[in-house]
Order: sequence, then structure tokens, then C-alpha cells
Amino acid sequence: MSDSDVMSENIIQLENVDKFFGDFQALKNINLSVKKGERIVVCGPSGSGKSTMIRCINRLEEHNAGKIVVNGHELTSDVKDIDAVRSEVGMVFQSFNLFPHLSIVKNLMLAPQLVRKVSKAEARDVAMKYLERVKIPEQADKYPSQLSGGQQQRVAIARALCMNPKVMLFDEPTSALDPEMISEVLDVMTDLAKEGMTMIVVTHEMGFARSVADSVVFMDEGEIVEMNPPQEFFENPKSERTKLFLSQILTH
Amino acid sequence: MSFDIALIIDSIPKMLMGIGLTFQLLFLSLALGTALGVMLLILRISGRWYLSWPTMIYIYIFRGTPILVQIFIIYYGLPQLEFVRDGIFWPILREPFGCAIVALTLNTGAYLSEIFRGGVLGVDRGLKEAGSALGLSVTDRFIYITAPIAIRLCLPAYSNDVVSLMKSTALASTITLLDMMGIARTIVAETYAPYEVFISVMVIYLIITWAIQRTFGWIEKRMSRHVRQ
Repeated sequence: MSDSDVMSENIIQLENVDKFFGDFQALKNINLSVKKGERIVVCGPSGSGKSTMIRCINRLEEHNAGKIVVNGHELTSDVKDIDAVRSEVGMVFQSFNLFPHLSIVKNLMLAPQLVRKVSKAEARDVAMKYLERVKIPEQADKYPSQLSGGQQQRVAIARALCMNPKVMLFDEPTSALDPEMISEVLDVMTDLAKEGMTMIVVTHEMGFARSVADSVVFMDEGEIVEMNPPQEFFENPKSERTKLFLSQILTH
Repeated sequence: MSFDIALIIDSIPKMLMGIGLTFQLLFLSLALGTALGVMLLILRISGRWYLSWPTMIYIYIFRGTPILVQIFIIYYGLPQLEFVRDGIFWPILREPFGCAIVALTLNTGAYLSEIFRGGVLGVDRGLKEAGSALGLSVTDRFIYITAPIAIRLCLPAYSNDVVSLMKSTALASTITLLDMMGIARTIVAETYAPYEVFISVMVIYLIITWAIQRTFGWIEKRMSRHVRQ
């Protein structure tokens, strides 16, 4: 295999990435490569840089040093390129971020119409298809404020899928949800993983990590401390920091 | 003191003949002022200091000085300058109506741009990020996400400004215009009956204010019917 084949296999590649907020270093020398179809779960204590890392991947945050390549595009300050990358990378936020002034179906239709320039009718068809996949087609004409948190997050996932992304980023997708709504969102994510979607998920849902992830990344103080398949990660953690973190979140 | 009811009944129809001019002043300067306010807002939030600084200075001057002074400077002051008399805006500035429109527009534009800015700043950052993450361009994010939400947020302050502008139109009477206030002043000059006449004109302004408030109340209700429960 040639070098370029190795590169093209990695849909996301971070090399020696640093990120500062003022004097505070949020990311320290991050190296991570994600292959097509891979599912990565990122965990770690709050403030460890996990959200910052995935926000750098679609440039909601700009990295200060190192190199990030997404789907063959290196992330630089070139705006055209950024929009192109973003339209290939779906993102789901902790706080859903549905557009409150648009109905559910219009939330889903907006980006395909504006970015992909598809017709209104086609955008609606695609939107309904994905609303069916997240099992809430009957909510299409309601507004976000009329839905429960779990339903809103499923809509947010469907909204991202409408752009037919090559990668999906999840930034603590279940942290803002009431406990009884977590599983309906995780079920949708599990289905997505089964269909072969490349996913990076920041979450503390260790059951999800165990059953879905190819690799679990543990971050602390802006560094990747450990990265291993779930079996290895949970049963045989290498570093003391990982052991401490796991003991804290798995005991209760 | 006697209170002349007949004079009130007699003068109200006369003052109502000026309501057309009051409305022209209001709607024309509101439309132009809104456009100006949006332009100033875009310059102000452009993130480029050479655009935002002059805008801030402009806003400071027009919000920081009495509108009456602004009207007088435009009406009495500008025609003293030769380049104004020779300029392309002279057909507007030679007429008191044009001067009043220019003054009201420049003044209300300054206020409105700050009102709009408040609305834009009130839009949840997460929604703009969601737009970015979907690949929407800066312009599309502004048009389809920020603006519609900001408009809802600044509607109460906007309606307040419309009422304020409506009252400011009365100042046009100081530069010879015969709007409702101008007619009222003429009648007072002829009859020496300030109470009857000014109270009548006050009532008309109150009715207009009530209509403006009702209209905006209805618009607010309509626009937010599905946003909040």
C-alpha cells in the first residue's frame, strides 16, 4: 500500500495539535487518527479537553499548532474549505441547538437547501426519511419547544444526517437529558454505528462505549492519556489516571 | 378658567388634516431609519475597527444630542454651506419636509441599530454554532438563523422606538411644517386657547400610540406563538 492509501483510509487525522485559550493550554500535542467506519468514544474528567478536541475537528475552535486533516482537507483559515469540511462532518451538541423559530422538518431542510442546493421537495423527502429513522415522523410540523429533550436530540441527529455526512461528532449528546430519555438517544446512535457511520462520541455512557466503540480514548488535562479497544480499556487500564477515573465513574 | 368645548370640536378636524403629514413623517423616517439601522448594525458587528469605530461615533453623536438640535442644524445650518447647496441632496435639504425626514431618519437609525445589536447579541451562540456545523456560510447564518431570532428578541424595544419616533415628528412643526402639532400651534396663535387645543392634540397622539402598541402586541404574539409555550 502506498502512503496516499494510508492517508485516505484515515478520514480524520490530528497531528501534534495544540490549543490555547489565552494562557491556558486546552490541548497538548494531540495525535489521533480515525479510519472510515471507526467508532471512537472519548471520555475524561470535565475540563480535560475532550469537547475542545472534537470542536477543533470542524473548526468551531481553531487550533494553534499542529495539523488537522478531515476527509483530505487540511483545516486552515481558508473559509471556503472550512464550509466544505463542515458540510461533510455532522455534529450533535449537548444542548441540541435546534433552531427555535423553524418547525422540526424545516430544521432538517435548511442546510440541504442552502448548502447542497437541493429542491424544497427533495429536502422534505430526505428530512422525512431521517425523521422516520429516528422514529418521530409525526412531530415534523411541531416546533422544537414542543418536544421533549430526548426527541429534540433525535431531531438534532436527524438534522445532521440530512447532510449525508461522512463523519458524525457527538459532544456529550446525553448529558442534558433526563435519565429516562438517555436510552432513546443512545439507541439511535447505536443503530447509526451498526450502519457503519464513522463516529467520534464524547460521552460518559460507559455501557455505550463498551458495546459500540472500536476504541476508547481517555483524556486528562488536555492530553490523550490512553487509547485502547473497550475490553482492554476497561479491564486492563494502563495509567493511574485512567484507573482513578474509571473507579470514580464505575462505582456508582 | 373657562374650558371651550366648542373650540375643541372645531379644532380637532382641523388638526386631523395634519395627521397625513404626521404619518408621512413617521412611516417614511421609520422605513429609512430601519434600513439605516440595519446598515449601521452590520458595520458595527463587522469585526473591522475601521468600520465599527466610525459607526460607534455616529451612534454616540445622534443618541447623545437632542433631536431638536439635530433638526435645527440640518434645517438652518446645512444650507449655509455652499457645497450643500451645490450638492445632489439640495432638492431634499431645501425643503423643510426633506430636512425633517433626514433628521428623524438619522436619529432613529442610531437608536434602532443599537436595538438590533441587542437582539443579535441575544441569539444563543449554540444556534450559530449549529449553523456553522451544518456548513452554512456566514451570510446564510445571519439571514436564516440570527436575524429571524434577533427580530423577535428586539420587537418590544423596536415598538418602543416607533412610539418615540411618532412623538418626535411633532418637532417638525418647529421648522414650519403643518403636521398635527403645527396646525395646533397655528390655532393656538389665533385663539389664545392653549389648553383646549393642546389637550385635543395630546388625545390624538395618545390614540395613535395605542394603535401602535396594539399592532406590535399582535405581531409579537403572532411571531412567538410556536417559539415559547
